[in-house]
Amino acid sequence: MLKRVHFEPSFLPFLLVAPQIIITVVFFIWPASQALYQSLLVEDAFGLSSEFVWFDNFIELFGDEHYLGAFQRTIFFSFSVAFLSMAFALTLAAMADRVIKGATTYRTFLIWPYAVAPVVSGALWVFMFDPTLGIFTYTLGVLGYEWNHKLNGGEAMFLVIIASAWKQVAYNFLFFLAAMQSIPKSLIEAAAIDGAGPTRRFFSIIFPLISPTTFFLMVINVVFAFFETFGIVHAVTQGGPAKATEILVYKVFNDGFIGLDLGGSAAQSVILMLIVISLTVIQFRYVEKKVDY
Amino acid sequence: MAEIHLNKVSKSYGDVAVLHDIDWHIRDGEFVVIVGPSGCGKSTLLRMIAGLEKITQGEASIGNRVVNDLEPAERDIAMVFQNYALYPHMSVYNNMAYGLKIKGVPKDEIERRVNRTAEILEIGDYLKRSPRQLSGGQRQRVAMGRAIVREPSVFLFDEPLSNLDAKLRVQMRLEIKKLQERLGITSVYVTHDQVEAMTLGHRLMVLNGGHVEQLGTPIELYERPATAFVAGFIGSPSMNFLDAKISEDGKEVEFPGGNTLSLAQDFSKHANRPVNVGMRPEHLHVDDSNAEKTSHTVDVVEHLGADTLVHGTFGNGGSDLTVRLSGIRTIGQGEVLPLSIDPKNMHLFDPDDGRRLEA
Ligand SMILES: Nc1ncnc2c1ncn2[C@@H]1O[C@H](COP(=O)(O)OP(=O)(O)OP(=O)(O)O)[C@@H](O)[C@H]1O
Ligand SMILES: [Mg+2]
Repeated sequence: MLKRVHFEPSFLPFLLVAPQIIITVVFFIWPASQALYQSLLVEDAFGLSSEFVWFDNFIELFGDEHYLGAFQRTIFFSFSVAFLSMAFALTLAAMADRVIKGATTYRTFLIWPYAVAPVVSGALWVFMFDPTLGIFTYTLGVLGYEWNHKLNGGEAMFLVIIASAWKQVAYNFLFFLAAMQSIPKSLIEAAAIDGAGPTRRFFSIIFPLISPTTFFLMVINVVFAFFETFGIVHAVTQGGPAKATEILVYKVFNDGFIGLDLGGSAAQSVILMLIVISLTVIQFRYVEKKVDY
Repeated sequence: MAEIHLNKVSKSYGDVAVLHDIDWHIRDGEFVVIVGPSGCGKSTLLRMIAGLEKITQGEASIGNRVVNDLEPAERDIAMVFQNYALYPHMSVYNNMAYGLKIKGVPKDEIERRVNRTAEILEIGDYLKRSPRQLSGGQRQRVAMGRAIVREPSVFLFDEPLSNLDAKLRVQMRLEIKKLQERLGITSVYVTHDQVEAMTLGHRLMVLNGGHVEQLGTPIELYERPATAFVAGFIGSPSMNFLDAKISEDGKEVEFPGGNTLSLAQDFSKHANRPVNVGMRPEHLHVDDSNAEKTSHTVDVVEHLGADTLVHGTFGNGGSDLTVRLSGIRTIGQGEVLPLSIDPKNMHLFDPDDGRRLEA
């Protein structure tokens, strides 16, 4: 039996949790409930009156091919970002795991991109690929390819994917490296004695053993690409050209603040909220179950 | 089947030398044991044979092939690790089959070999389980099975029994010995446990601080330890060491308190030399006759059942001495026992470098 400890009633504990609760209420609960409420209203064109319409906004959304298009685009975008950044991070981690000299320096450099804000990351890539000034544009031009992501939707998508993935590589790298280093060295040695070369060891021993981390990162990266790439898209393409890079978070902003359809935009953000909640649930359920080889 | 040659093999990490000029010829089919205290370099030596550590200097060959620059996989060896190193995401069957699959052995032959090995080791019932569903002893067998199934020319063991409880350890020790005899595969076994070393090895290498103290059969090491270190390391409880001096005529040793014991041989070339006298606890006996003897003042008595250990002080000098008497003896604290020893069983060592002194 645990012994129960009784404390004198005091304000101190309440005082200590107060900042956290205030932050949650002001920055999460209140806006979320506002969004929920807004999503059930329709405002007139001049913003003078609003009408309660129940779920009309949602019904309209799911009949809107622009919205469904944005949905598909977002799924393509998210999985591309997740796949690209994880594949790249995994390669780097596998290499770093074998590095002996200067390992710390190498790792420090690889972690830096994570400290860069999404907008800044976006700005960097915009400069490099700028149709008139960018160094990559110039290089591609020399090689005979004309790059212009302001006109070509596919190129624009490619650019936001690269910019977002680049930002996540550092984070994924850290987790992959930690996972690889927690594999007992003797397992790798046993496999080496069993005759497996480095590539075979990677695919038959290391990769299966870090699969829990891979799954965890998969969810994290999809969440990132879904919700935290607004800054990158805003800096790189503003959703263009012709909505080619308008992913869901960006559409919320576009419809709400540019198009002034507050009800529709609120409904979109409620849907996003539901997605994030379900992804979080998946994540937690998995964390509780933990590793299962 | 292969013999192993180590030719002036050395290892250093940067400036730190951990193994110095190891020379050893291990014969085909021999079971040899590398034994020594923690940190003496046993694992490092084994791992150099396995190819998991680079050989800094010298040459190692397995079956007449110099292996210095060969990958572990090319050396035709199998190794059993202390923590077993079973692949946690594979079934027992796949753990054992992994090496064979890589070699490209046909599927039905893999199956035949794994099943036969599992039968030898009595793990046939667990083939479908994953390693974490096994007890320590069962994992140990699987680790052995994984090594055996590949039919390598050399087995390497790095303290494979140290994670097992005492009883299981004794049982597995016997099984390893029988298995090795049956398969006749050259084996190198690392342990810090001298009992394991004595019981398993055809020959032993005693390592200390990266140097070879002695090479020899268990009996040689017990009867003629080359250094005080080996003398103290082999045997349990360990040998008693007493400071003394060889007499003027070289026929006896004189202890500080005035006691003397005669020697089996004439040590006159070492006359008057200070020495370290080694006597094993089991070689001292209580002697009521008039023969030459010395006294032992009892301090603590330990009953092991089959034997009784008597700790006390020797003669008038006051050095600590342990005596092992067979059977159960009732001896009280403070009692003075008359002790004698066969002069053949006295070992003399140089007090400075610990080397054995010969007549
Ligand atoms: N990577 C390394 N870098 C530097 N020194 C090392 C390294 N690996 C081992 N050593 C040193 O080499 C010496 C021998 O190590 P080794 O592991 O062979 O000892 P051991 O005899 O197997 O000991 P134990 O019985 O504890 O396993 C030790 O002093 C250890 O500190
Ligand atoms: Mg060791």
